[in-house]
Amino acid sequence: MAAALRGSLVTLVKGLSGPRWQQLASRPLSVSAALCGPEAPPARADATFKVTMVPGDGVGPELMTAVKEVFKAGDVPVEFEEFHLSEVQNMASDEKLEQVLTSMKTNKVAMKGKIHTPMEFKGELASYEMRLRRKLDLFANVVHVNSLPGYSTRHNNLDLVIIREQTEGEYSSLEHESVTGVIECLKIITRVKSRRIAKFAFDYATKKGRSKVTAVHKANIMKLGDGLFLQSCAEIAQLYPKIKYETIIIDNCCMQLVQNPYQFDVLVMPNLYGNIIDNLAAGLVGGAGVVPGESYSAEYAVFETGARHPFAQAVGRNIANPTAMLLSAANMLRHLNLEYHSQMVSDAVKRVIKQGKVRTGDLGGYATSDEFTRAVIANLVV
Amino acid sequence: MVAHSAVLSMSKIINPFWGGRLGNTVKVFGTTLTSHRNKTLRSGNNIPPPAKYGGRHTVTLIPGDGIGPELLNHVKEVFRFSCVPVDFEVVHVNSALESEDDINNAITAIRRNGVALKGNIETNHTMAPSVKSRNNLLRTSLDLYANVMHCQSLPGVQTRHKNIDIMIIRENTEGEYSSLEHESVSGVVECLKIITRNNSLRIADYAFQLAREKGRSRVTAVHKANIMKLGDGLFLQCCREVASGYPDITFDSMIVDNTTMQLVSKPQQFDVMVMPNLYGNVVSNVCAGLVGGPGLVPGANFGRDYAVFETATRNTGKSIAGRNIANPTAMLLAGCMMLDHLKLYDYASMIRNAILTTMNETRLHTADIGGQGTTSEVVQSIMRNIQSKGPLTTDL
Repeated sequence: MAAALRGSLVTLVKGLSGPRWQQLASRPLSVSAALCGPEAPPARADATFKVTMVPGDGVGPELMTAVKEVFKAGDVPVEFEEFHLSEVQNMASDEKLEQVLTSMKTNKVAMKGKIHTPMEFKGELASYEMRLRRKLDLFANVVHVNSLPGYSTRHNNLDLVIIREQTEGEYSSLEHESVTGVIECLKIITRVKSRRIAKFAFDYATKKGRSKVTAVHKANIMKLGDGLFLQSCAEIAQLYPKIKYETIIIDNCCMQLVQNPYQFDVLVMPNLYGNIIDNLAAGLVGGAGVVPGESYSAEYAVFETGARHPFAQAVGRNIANPTAMLLSAANMLRHLNLEYHSQMVSDAVKRVIKQGKVRTGDLGGYATSDEFTRAVIANLVV
Repeated sequence: MVAHSAVLSMSKIINPFWGGRLGNTVKVFGTTLTSHRNKTLRSGNNIPPPAKYGGRHTVTLIPGDGIGPELLNHVKEVFRFSCVPVDFEVVHVNSALESEDDINNAITAIRRNGVALKGNIETNHTMAPSVKSRNNLLRTSLDLYANVMHCQSLPGVQTRHKNIDIMIIRENTEGEYSSLEHESVSGVVECLKIITRNNSLRIADYAFQLAREKGRSRVTAVHKANIMKLGDGLFLQCCREVASGYPDITFDSMIVDNTTMQLVSKPQQFDVMVMPNLYGNVVSNVCAGLVGGPGLVPGANFGRDYAVFETATRNTGKSIAGRNIANPTAMLLAGCMMLDHLKLYDYASMIRNAILTTMNETRLHTADIGGQGTTSEVVQSIMRNIQSKGPLTTDL
């Protein structure tokens, strides 16, 4: 968790804002559709799907290897286009970023590891992660926190969804030193984006048959900013008379989550709160290694782990838990209409965890990542 | 706002924020919607974006009555098979209930998703007069002012007339369908037909724009201005005014009785037709009949913000429900129109080509156009066609 907070701090600590970002921030919603150019030909029922893959830093490449091995063993009709993008391995270049974007624009779907963001300020405010998000307008992050049967934690049978706005708020990369020794860091809340994320949350709840949406805020302190977010959520809620709408203050929400997390169903919140709650909730069911996540724009979908950490200290030690990435890959298959394969992969992962014989260190086992992957492959019922 | 919702059942779905979008035109429609009159007309910027995330659309699906549910199941199956990135939110409307909750739910769902695919909801004539047609309520609440259908002869279907290619654009929200009827004196019922300048200009402009977009050369306005000199006269005058803005498109007009006669004797003379509500209803049924019946022609209802797709003639088909003999073509083609609307052109043409191939080359027809096939056989043939992407002539 420290690493995650560090990751998010980094984006806060940096401080430049180009005119380009301002332009992006105010662009209309329809732009992302216009950007994508001519539509790729539809995939046929028996064709392979192309998916962009950005393994990122830390254990990302290891996790992606696990995904690729499982897909290969399960004959999943997906072909990956791999791009190694990193800010810390002397590979940073705008050209690389462009390549990833071009690939995304044709494939529309990606799998991504965490791209590590160094803490030091080197003149560029927005990290690659943030730039990728903004360029693709990936405004909604979804983390479905679901207890894994067979692995018991303090809270079992948890099932809640955290939806986070991730293009504005505290992550605006707008920071400046007006007077020496005084830094102003702007948190931006806009009506358009608040309504958009609120609608996303309610649409998600409708689609998944959930009954309650809770908006998380701090409008008692930030009366205007978070107030606007809250008001937008309340407006959108009226379009969904069948879904219950509630609000909760962020600090109380954290306490309730560790005390009685069962009261929540779908949670929707601005950027930074989402970052914290994502990690907190992931911790409730077993940590960063087991919770899948996904990010959406109108056009694109990116599948990743729920709590985004590079986990650099584990690189090469073969101890990372591939569960989160594999479940995320299963979600991606569902998104691609490959229902059967999706079920196959997620069932295999869940079966391995339930059997409890092969577990990685973070779940209290002694198996290596490779052993876990092999166990999953052995459990694939093709 | 609180006061409004207390007073009006409608305010649940049409809130002040959304209300502005309906524009002036809705004011005509009786008491249900009068609440908007005094509301500030805000611009449409406040509409949240449609439910499209990660390239996947969400579409409201209203199964309706009769053959609607089975046909829409086939549409779902074909979409799933073709990997179309569309998810359906199914909303059931029970036509047997007098309360308007169900239809209000459906309308709210369309407001959320922006697009719907719909089977016809039965209107029971024996119910209290206060119970309005659910279909009509849906169209007027969402201000779906333009009904568009494209009647085209299919080479594989035997009909009396060949080479018909007519586009019909029908005003969908006013005219005879205003639901304003009363008995002023016992034994005398007045039924108001409303023609407004705004709506007439709007539909005429829609027709001419569509004609230009589709490369059509002539627009015919259908009317009865010789009898209803003021009402239909206004409609005709509006069409003329709009026509003057489209010098590249020929404009003419025809009286509705003559139109129907011409349609059954020489339908090839028509290109694009624009007309008020009731004439549109009659003429579209005549045209659908000319090209092979209600099972073949898809229809669409467009408003400024929403679009609802259904079969052109809006039949419930109660008598053939559940017998696996209904023609799935119209509903599948309506699904293709919907995909076009969602800009999923490739998926739309893939499915459309498969339907036309089955219709024209495989010649697997349902009973309504003289064939022996069942609904599911036709759908299976279409799916096989999608898979092979080539004509299927054997192995049936």
